[in-house]
Amino acid sequence: MNARRALHALTRTGRAVRWYTAALLGEHDYARYVAHVARVHPGTDPGSEAAYWRARHADQDAHPGARCC
Amino acid sequence: MVARTQTEPIRTDPDLPPVAVLEQGPMPASRRVLFTVIALIGAVAWSVVALARGEQINAVWIVFAAVCTYVIAYRFYSRLVEAKIVRPRNDRATPAELHDNAKDFMPTDRRVLFGHHFAAIAGAGPLVGPVLAAQMGYLPGTIWIVVGCVLGGAVQDYLVLSISVRRRGRSLGQMARDELGRFGGVAALVAVFVIMIIIIAVLALVVVNALAESPWGVFSIAMTIPIALFMGVYLRFLRPGRVSEVTVIGVALLLLAIVSGGWVAETAWGQDWFTLSPVALAWWLAAYGFAASVLPVWLLLAPRDYLSTFMKVGVIILLAVGIVVARPEVQAPAVSSFALRGDGPVFAGTLFPFLFITIACGALSGFHSLIASGTTPKLLEKESQARPIGYGAMLTESFVAVMALITAVIIDQHLYFAMNAPAGATGGTPETAAEYVNGLGLSGPPITAGEIERAAEVVGEESVVSRTGGAPTLAFGMSQVLSSVFGGTGLAAFWYHFAIMFEALFILTTVDAGTRVARFMLSDSLGNIGGPLRRFRDPSWRVGAWICSIVVVVLWGAILLMGVTDPLGGINTLFPLFGIANQLLAAVALTVVTVVVVKKKLYRWVWIPAVPLVWDLAVTMTASFQKIFSSEPRIGYWAQHRAFQDAKAAGEETFGVATSPEAMDAVIRNTAIQGTLSIIFAVLVLIVAAVGVVVMVRSVRAGGLPTSEEPDEPSRIFAPRGMIPTAAEREVQALWDARERERTVTGAGT
Repeated sequence: MNARRALHALTRTGRAVRWYTAALLGEHDYARYVAHVARVHPGTDPGSEAAYWRARHADQDAHPGARCC
Repeated sequence: MVARTQTEPIRTDPDLPPVAVLEQGPMPASRRVLFTVIALIGAVAWSVVALARGEQINAVWIVFAAVCTYVIAYRFYSRLVEAKIVRPRNDRATPAELHDNAKDFMPTDRRVLFGHHFAAIAGAGPLVGPVLAAQMGYLPGTIWIVVGCVLGGAVQDYLVLSISVRRRGRSLGQMARDELGRFGGVAALVAVFVIMIIIIAVLALVVVNALAESPWGVFSIAMTIPIALFMGVYLRFLRPGRVSEVTVIGVALLLLAIVSGGWVAETAWGQDWFTLSPVALAWWLAAYGFAASVLPVWLLLAPRDYLSTFMKVGVIILLAVGIVVARPEVQAPAVSSFALRGDGPVFAGTLFPFLFITIACGALSGFHSLIASGTTPKLLEKESQARPIGYGAMLTESFVAVMALITAVIIDQHLYFAMNAPAGATGGTPETAAEYVNGLGLSGPPITAGEIERAAEVVGEESVVSRTGGAPTLAFGMSQVLSSVFGGTGLAAFWYHFAIMFEALFILTTVDAGTRVARFMLSDSLGNIGGPLRRFRDPSWRVGAWICSIVVVVLWGAILLMGVTDPLGGINTLFPLFGIANQLLAAVALTVVTVVVVKKKLYRWVWIPAVPLVWDLAVTMTASFQKIFSSEPRIGYWAQHRAFQDAKAAGEETFGVATSPEAMDAVIRNTAIQGTLSIIFAVLVLIVAAVGVVVMVRSVRAGGLPTSEEPDEPSRIFAPRGMIPTAAEREVQALWDARERERTVTGAGT
């Protein structure tokens, strides 16, 4: 029983770490964008993931953010 | 007694679940006990750190003192700031919610945003400054890093973030113009620009000093460029959006690059190709900075950012674990004689003001205000989350600075000064360096030339003498800590180059992002002049982008080259300028914040931003004054300038550390530039502060003035107040989750 609980805790931690790194690196952003388009402009095609990232990067090209020292 | 917590759900729309929960009540008894215990542990730790004399203390006490202070400050002081000044309202929509475009504006999970914000504010600065400041002993640095952060730096970050959130995430420059008027705004903008240039130049100088004559280091860092290019292409064409996948590959390649650097440095061709002089490296770096600022973001900047974020979090956790497990003894004295006499070889000047100048990042860093305005506020879900993100992330950075200080004070003090004194003092060889540091009157047994040579051998470097700039010392201390925990001396060289690599990675990220930002500031300002220059405002005009990039790179590249070739030692003369610049930016940010607080008539609490502002002005103005007017050549730029000019006029061919007429000319030129920059910085900030005072007086006379705060819009989303949701917030979250499920079942878009 204890071993199972420990295993459960371990998988939960693993999943949390996986979720956090993915979120931090922006992996969920496209899914969020698709949901955003569906909500705000229903019926519009959100475009492919490649196109989304192209637009994001073009945006960053035009509006650079600072990084601190 | 049962604690009575009153909860009140807040609704903005009867058809929606509550968007926030108001909770008020006394702190439960268990919490009171907990915080009392933490406060007591902190008090004990501080007494050990502060009162130990003549006996070595363990570095773990410094960690305890810092962490307990952070917990208490976060729980009590940041809440006071929140309740009295920020007064967040979670029924008010943030810019992220209002202008959500799922790109630069988007409500982001608070934990993720904390990571983003931390990665953006913390770079090499908090690692370098404390290492240099270690020449004054461990105590002054520790106190300033912790107290300066809690009462100054974290307050600045938090308040700038909060006022920017209420202004659609506007940048510091724009807010300065809105709140201080056109004149103050222009002065602030120019100050931000010149300060950015000097910061890039000095950070680049740190990289040059860490990599010069080190084929291992140069190879590893050079490899990060093809690795980043590969990642960029992978994400663009092969598997878009698979960021963690490519980051894992990238980090693996990065580790391989560090290990293989050791092999390459052993070979004849490796030494031929990758042993670069400081001047050559400076040119490479300038070329890199230019290329990175004109290349598309996806190719180099974005992938490098992923690597850097990953490494940052990993390395900091590694170092914290290493220190707590290894529990090293502190070798430095509590307060060194250099602190009082002001004749330290690492940087000149007495404790006040120069300790507070040398440690900027980690205690009070003005640069953060550029991130706390502009970027982060556009991603904040709820106003109240500005506290964990603004105040909390700065506490974390302060902790990083404390760890950096620890790595510098646990290494042998003779070795520390052999590494950090400029070549003019140590003579550059192990023999002369040993003789020099043994004459400094340090505590502990004297060092031999053989011991200095062995120290270099252990970390796989040709020499450790006069490897100034902080990065090599940090890497050395880190390698000492980590190799005692993982892998023994066999891995010391790996850990050393691992540390060098991530510092250089952080700095390159700052250099290329900074060059880009400065380039845009320049093209915007040129475009605003109007006439034919208006074309500069078009970001897609490549010629304009190239011209502005070249101007920016030439500006910082010239300062970098000047530092690299400075006979007096570039870090020694330029680092104070870096610290002054960074904290002057803090003065600009705190002025804007204080003006807003006065305009809102929160007179009773104006001391919260005003105390750090006044302190910061006192420190930076004293330091600037000494740098400009001191008659002591070691401290005053102009005194040094005159001393060399007089020597030249007297027909001397060598003077002080300058061994040739050319070197004397270099000192005369460099001190003139540094002195002029000091004057420009100080004058610009005095203008901003004076305008701030005028606006405050006007506001008090008028009984308060309107600020540029945006009008209220009701929020229609829910998120917890702080990092950890309360029981009542979990219940509300369940309502939103149920609603979301219902919507998906009945079909989206209804």
